[in-house]
Amino acid sequence: MTQVKLPDPEQLALRILRGERAAVASGLNLLDNKLAEARSRSARLLASLSGEHWLDAGHLIGITGPPGAGKSSLVSALIRAWRSSGRSVAVLAVDPSSRPELGGGALLGDRIRIKNSSHDEGLFIRSLANRNQLGGVATEVWPMSWLLLTCFDIVVIETVGVGQTEIDIAEIGDTVCYVAQPASGDTIQYLKSGIIEIPDIFAVNKSDLGAAARKTAAEIARSASRQDRRADWDYPVCLVSAAMSTGIEQFRDHFDRHRSFLTNAGLLGKLRARHQSAWVVRLLKEEFGTFGLELAGGRTAVAERLSKGVLNQFEEYERLRKQILSRFMSVSRPSSPTKKEHPDEQAIV
Amino acid sequence: MISSRKKRDQPWLMRTYSGHSSARASNALYRTNLAKGQTGLSVAFDLPTQTGYDADHPLARGEVGKVGVPISHIGDMDQLFDQIPLDQMNTSMTINATAAWLLSLYIGLAQRRGIDPRKLSGTTQNDIIKEYLSRGTYIYPPGPSMRLIADTINYTVRHVPKWNPTNICSYHLQEAGATPVQELAYALCTAMAVLDTVKASGEIEVAAFPQVVERISFFVNAGMRFVEECCKLRAFGEMWDELTATRYQVDDPKLRRFRYGVQVNSLGLTEPQPENNVQRIVLEMLAVVLSRRARARAIQLPAWNEAMGLPRPWDQQWALRMQQVMAFETDLLEYEDILDGSPVIAAKVADLIEGAKKEIEKVEEQGGIIAAIESGYIKRELVGSHMHRLRAIESGDLQIIGVNCFQETAESPLTGGTDGAIMKIDPAAERGQIERLQAHRKSRNDADVRAALQGLADAAKTGENIMPSSIRCALAGVSTGEWGDTLRAVFGEFRPPTGIDIAIDSRQVLGQKDLVAELRERVADTGSALGRPLKLLVGKPGLDGHSNGAEQVAVKARDVGFEVVYDGIRLTPQQIAQAAEEEGVHLVGLSILSGSHMELAGAVLRELHARDLGNLPVIAGGIIPPEDAERLKALGVRAVYTPKDFNLNAIMVDMVDVIRECNGLQRLGPRP
Repeated sequence: MTQVKLPDPEQLALRILRGERAAVASGLNLLDNKLAEARSRSARLLASLSGEHWLDAGHLIGITGPPGAGKSSLVSALIRAWRSSGRSVAVLAVDPSSRPELGGGALLGDRIRIKNSSHDEGLFIRSLANRNQLGGVATEVWPMSWLLLTCFDIVVIETVGVGQTEIDIAEIGDTVCYVAQPASGDTIQYLKSGIIEIPDIFAVNKSDLGAAARKTAAEIARSASRQDRRADWDYPVCLVSAAMSTGIEQFRDHFDRHRSFLTNAGLLGKLRARHQSAWVVRLLKEEFGTFGLELAGGRTAVAERLSKGVLNQFEEYERLRKQILSRFMSVSRPSSPTKKEHPDEQAIV
Repeated sequence: MISSRKKRDQPWLMRTYSGHSSARASNALYRTNLAKGQTGLSVAFDLPTQTGYDADHPLARGEVGKVGVPISHIGDMDQLFDQIPLDQMNTSMTINATAAWLLSLYIGLAQRRGIDPRKLSGTTQNDIIKEYLSRGTYIYPPGPSMRLIADTINYTVRHVPKWNPTNICSYHLQEAGATPVQELAYALCTAMAVLDTVKASGEIEVAAFPQVVERISFFVNAGMRFVEECCKLRAFGEMWDELTATRYQVDDPKLRRFRYGVQVNSLGLTEPQPENNVQRIVLEMLAVVLSRRARARAIQLPAWNEAMGLPRPWDQQWALRMQQVMAFETDLLEYEDILDGSPVIAAKVADLIEGAKKEIEKVEEQGGIIAAIESGYIKRELVGSHMHRLRAIESGDLQIIGVNCFQETAESPLTGGTDGAIMKIDPAAERGQIERLQAHRKSRNDADVRAALQGLADAAKTGENIMPSSIRCALAGVSTGEWGDTLRAVFGEFRPPTGIDIAIDSRQVLGQKDLVAELRERVADTGSALGRPLKLLVGKPGLDGHSNGAEQVAVKARDVGFEVVYDGIRLTPQQIAQAAEEEGVHLVGLSILSGSHMELAGAVLRELHARDLGNLPVIAGGIIPPEDAERLKALGVRAVYTPKDFNLNAIMVDMVDVIRECNGLQRLGPRP
């Protein structure tokens, strides 16, 4: 019936690796597509793109924080700083969707806040709706960010922090940054919640507010220094003002410093491999629930199997998916196990 | 009868909002209008002039001379007022972000003609605050914008004392959806913000501050509910009197008078059966002249055909004659206030004042109007009220004759002519303006220009009043774009308001439930068939900042399940095409109200084609005459919506079908 035209994945991969914008856009469309034919082509596309370099290419950065903290304007200021030093930047800006019973639509307003007024070929922005997915970050973000890493120096994922999001973003980004709003209850909640153990860099925006901003920064610094996730990393807390354009250069330098730290400590490749495995498990679980994971041999077995195929997680994912699907079919013949029909299983975290 | 005529009040200033193509063409129009009995001028500027761009800037393409006259430098200003004595004219300029500049050109011209600026009288709209909420011709962030307003006030109070340096606008708030209570509250909050800024600047000594208060005037809207509108204006007067007495300690009641000009409601004018707009305009005018104590000082009326396109001279003459009939043929001006003592009117006024005071309190609690705009509060309230109105029209609760009831009509002889009953702007006007500007650049003294611009930049940085250096720029032959760019470099540019995404979260399900449910199903099913949720890009190419329509479409599309990338205003066709590519959308929706639809939509299509996105469907909405709609469709635009397509649900149905058709799916057709 429909004639959705799908690109040839191997051809597309070549064009993406050459950095063709149209190919990048078309690749992202493909990764977003849920038609059966598109899924298998997505796996082929990612397989063609993957390789050793995926473990050390580019810099994948997650930026999160409460609504109103000024993440977009800060990202915009960072982009100017990166672009002026000649680095290309891609942004995945994630906004919330309305609840499914309200139509599930979304108004994606980040693009308007992030972009600069002038035309820039070294900047690529894709807005995404989170589509009410459990963790707060849409599952599509994961493969998309990996595609972008193959052709941009910096890939930024910007999300609204709602608790769970920070945990998700920590399972994607090499470097995670939390943007705090001075003197806001959100930040206090955040400090209490224990999620503070996730970010690598903290920014207190609107430093032009003065005392309030310094107080918030001090509170964060007190809590952040207590964590002992990684020895030899100092968990900096930056006072910045996107509006006044102050503190941006130093803020940008912390990202570079963190990436060097990961590389020098031999952590980057391991981190990425672990993130990939975590996301495959998460995707499978979101789609098939704990029961589905059991059919594939259980979470531990799946994770173990993934750790062996470090370079081709996407193919591994598709293989596991097919395996679970066929087991499902033999368990319960008539219904196809998609997300829609198993909402209750998604609730089990 | 004859004796009573002697006691007649002076009528208000009668103006017509006009200007187009070039300074020369507009000057001819002004002189004709004055000869017909118009008593003041109201200058409409084109969008490049309003947003501080030269006619040859890429963003100005297609916009030069469209919605008003292009004024690039003092030579254009001279041409615009050729044979018009500045010291005897009362000139109103609808100009905001660049008000300080256009006023400088006007003052500079007076100086050049040997006229004492103290004799100049008129008004610069210069309410930049409302530009962030409606209209959209802002340039700089709120802080510098407030400063520009304060600078013009501080300067004119001392050097051009008969000038009204700012016209606080509730007009555009109503166009953006404000209720009378919201109009009262937000306009008065804006006035307070302006006065507080002037006071804080310390340029005016305390004893002279009442003169500043006296120079604040307002620009008000009047809609169809004319009894309520009349009460609104009485409420304005009472509230302003109280506010200026208590907050600013103005003792002289004369200095506390609420002085206002009016343009009656253009939003309510209809494209179907446009002749009905004549009686609408007359009734709306009644609201602002009926009550003597709340009577307008200056009135400009829209033309009957404004929902169709730009009015012709004859259409404007008709609007002027309405005012003249009201002022000279009726006995209105022979009486004291005819509403004084009416308990019904008094109760309604009290009611409005109470509501407005509550709303003012809410805004003050948030730290004033600027903070409430920045937080998105005001925008959210306005979008909410506007949505409410649209819903009432869709459901039929709000009756609009010829639109959602009594649609049957005989063929109109008024719209039958070969010109489509609207003004056509000569497409050569833009080229002519660019050529004149480029010739001007060659003829001036570059060293003078550089020195003048340096002086402007210094003043901007040090906080010195911007007017003296701007007047020097005017006399040196600096161009509008150069003035705008110099201040852009110091002040930065404002990023569009983000109220729209906040606005929707509080909105309830729109329209009739079953219709919306059915629409959502269509959107979801089509998305499933194509493999991913339907994604829409909404953007406004060009300089036109009227974003209400685009925002309503974006909000509605989101509510029926689209993922909507709202890309805002002032985009080049290239930026729109790039966004469409990066975002991977299924449909691009353009909104163009400035009349530049042919150039801009055509350019977007070409840019998409260049990106191999020739098959991506594009739809357009705006004030687009039928034959242009056909031409746009011939170019490849899939659907064109105009003000007569008020039913957003029907537009959504159509949008889904456009996407389906372009992707090889069956159209689902109108709802049963």
